[in-house]
Amino acid sequence: MTPPQTIIEKIWSAHTIISENGLDLIHIDRGLLTDLSGTIGLEEMEADGLPVHDPALNFAIPDHVVETGESAGFDPARRERFVATLERLSARADVRHFPRGSGRQGIVHVVGLEQGVTLPGLTLVCGDSHTSTHGAVGALAFGIGSTEVKHALATQTLWMQRPRLARITLTGKLRAGVYAKDAALWLIARLGADWGREHAIEFAGPGIEAMSVDERATLCNMAVELGARIGVVAPDQTVFDYLRGKPYAPRGADWETAEAAWRALPSDPWAAFHKEASFDSGEITPQITWGTSPEHAIAVGGAVPPANEAAMAAADYIGLAPGQAMGGVPVDFVFIGSCANGRIEDLRAAAAVARGGHVPEHVTALVVPGSEAVKAQAEREGLDAVFRDAGFEWREPGCSMCVGVNGDIVPPGKRCVSTSNRNFVGRQGPGARTHLASPATAAACAIAGTIVTAPHSVEKAGAA
Amino acid sequence: MKPFTKIEGVAAALRLDNVDTDVIIPMDALLSRPRDELGKYAFEPLRYKPGGSESADFVLNKPVYRKASILIAGRNFGCGSSREGAVHALAGFGVRAVIAPTYGDIFYSNCIKNGVLPVRLNVETVHAVMDAADEAAGAAPFRVDLVSQTVMAPGMAPVSFDFDPALKQRLIDGEDEVAMTLRHEAVIRAWQTQDQSARPWAWTVLQGYGA
Repeated sequence: MTPPQTIIEKIWSAHTIISENGLDLIHIDRGLLTDLSGTIGLEEMEADGLPVHDPALNFAIPDHVVETGESAGFDPARRERFVATLERLSARADVRHFPRGSGRQGIVHVVGLEQGVTLPGLTLVCGDSHTSTHGAVGALAFGIGSTEVKHALATQTLWMQRPRLARITLTGKLRAGVYAKDAALWLIARLGADWGREHAIEFAGPGIEAMSVDERATLCNMAVELGARIGVVAPDQTVFDYLRGKPYAPRGADWETAEAAWRALPSDPWAAFHKEASFDSGEITPQITWGTSPEHAIAVGGAVPPANEAAMAAADYIGLAPGQAMGGVPVDFVFIGSCANGRIEDLRAAAAVARGGHVPEHVTALVVPGSEAVKAQAEREGLDAVFRDAGFEWREPGCSMCVGVNGDIVPPGKRCVSTSNRNFVGRQGPGARTHLASPATAAACAIAGTIVTAPHSVEKAGAA
Repeated sequence: MKPFTKIEGVAAALRLDNVDTDVIIPMDALLSRPRDELGKYAFEPLRYKPGGSESADFVLNKPVYRKASILIAGRNFGCGSSREGAVHALAGFGVRAVIAPTYGDIFYSNCIKNGVLPVRLNVETVHAVMDAADEAAGAAPFRVDLVSQTVMAPGMAPVSFDFDPALKQRLIDGEDEVAMTLRHEAVIRAWQTQDQSARPWAWTVLQGYGA
């Protein structure tokens, strides 16, 4: 009788072609190519004269460098260098490509899920660390470097060390006005930004089961901010309902076979993990970061921690004093979007807060939908009008101000409340000061013109 | 790929935790400069002031550490983005080995692919090696030997470190991994053929879906 296995071991074993000296050669079911690492990977393939091993298993989607609207810093030469090259090389390699205007363009980690390119039980890679996002539907998905992108394109496999196994269990349910983003930041602040290193993390428990696929995506997205290359949630009815009818999801008899296989994926009872943590979702509060690591998160309405050596450096960069209250600090920019929080539920949550308010003159507030499909859905629901009426800019989809390589940057010394996943030094532009938060909190900060003093959405929900 | 067996040289202590790959190589330099020039931009936000002049107190700007080939850093070094340019920038600066308590997983893997040795030691030992580096101030050489899995720092007993045997062999051989894998091509294709009957649903992308 087979010993009980985790979902991670089940998928890993099913994809192991050869094991040699402690390394597994695993099959890669899907590869996603961005306009940065994907372009470079395809260029290196051409330079080495290597053919793409399985073109149909790879998808090219421009996201990092594409323009999202009028931006002084946008560089057409850079678009030519990366976006146009991706289009040309993927055509030559016979790899599917979703260009701007196709209705399918967007951030790879939004598009893969919403198009059904990502499925439960698949292995998926991309030259981008936030590939962990795809674990939301029960895939083993992880970011890789450009040498591995080339290897995956050339062989449709990778040599990997089997990850160690970790599980984070959330019991209970998130309180009203508390979002998956808050849960992610809260967990990172408690466990540390390297808790998950060398591990794949399964997120489990009633708190996770109650989450939609969009919420699970936010949590798995930030598994890498917990140090893990992989975050995964076992597929369930929520996932099956989400995937049925998606463009690249299986149909008919293939769907029936697939669903039967997917139902066998969840970790067996008594399956053992190397590392575990468990929390009550009800304890989680809205979070915002004060420093330059995602582990620098505190409750909205709180203060920068008192001085210690590391905190001093971070607080100095961010322009806050140790012990200073965060509430009331003026903001210059608000960014709502990214592979962490650029999905339809994120835009709904932000719009609910923004509705009827007005962004003050000194704040530039951007809403950048995660994909063309998200944008179209939001427009059907009239969310674009809500944002525009409140003084937000409504943009075209892409990575935008999360990483700032398309000219959407926060100027030096300026302060931005952002729904993205990284508050690193210089991440949103040289000298930019980033505070990570949920879409609801970010929208509230945009309307207030300052970091809010209390969790806005909880106040609203308190009446309900 | 570039093989690695051992390095002897100057060691510099970078006393920071969570140094991310955006700091090791900012996106703008990464996208606008060729790979072999990235060394100049390694740690750009720490190394240069706005405007481009050097920050005198950053460790790698101090004259004795400018030729450092061994970098000793705090926990979670290389966390964040998967950009392999972070390793190209380190290697371009001249760093061939890093010593830290823990690393970002993707950065760790990118090091192996580029012949840069990432050594893991416990926090206390890392701090002791950092102290030795400060004490030596570039004058006495440090040695990191992958074959014997030891770090030799002036004034300290040799410190041994654990290393995965398969990754060790790959670093020592420095062989092209694609060529090596393609020697298994028949096995890979056979696996795919078998998997297409076992999991037809995983292969429906072959059928012109999504049109």
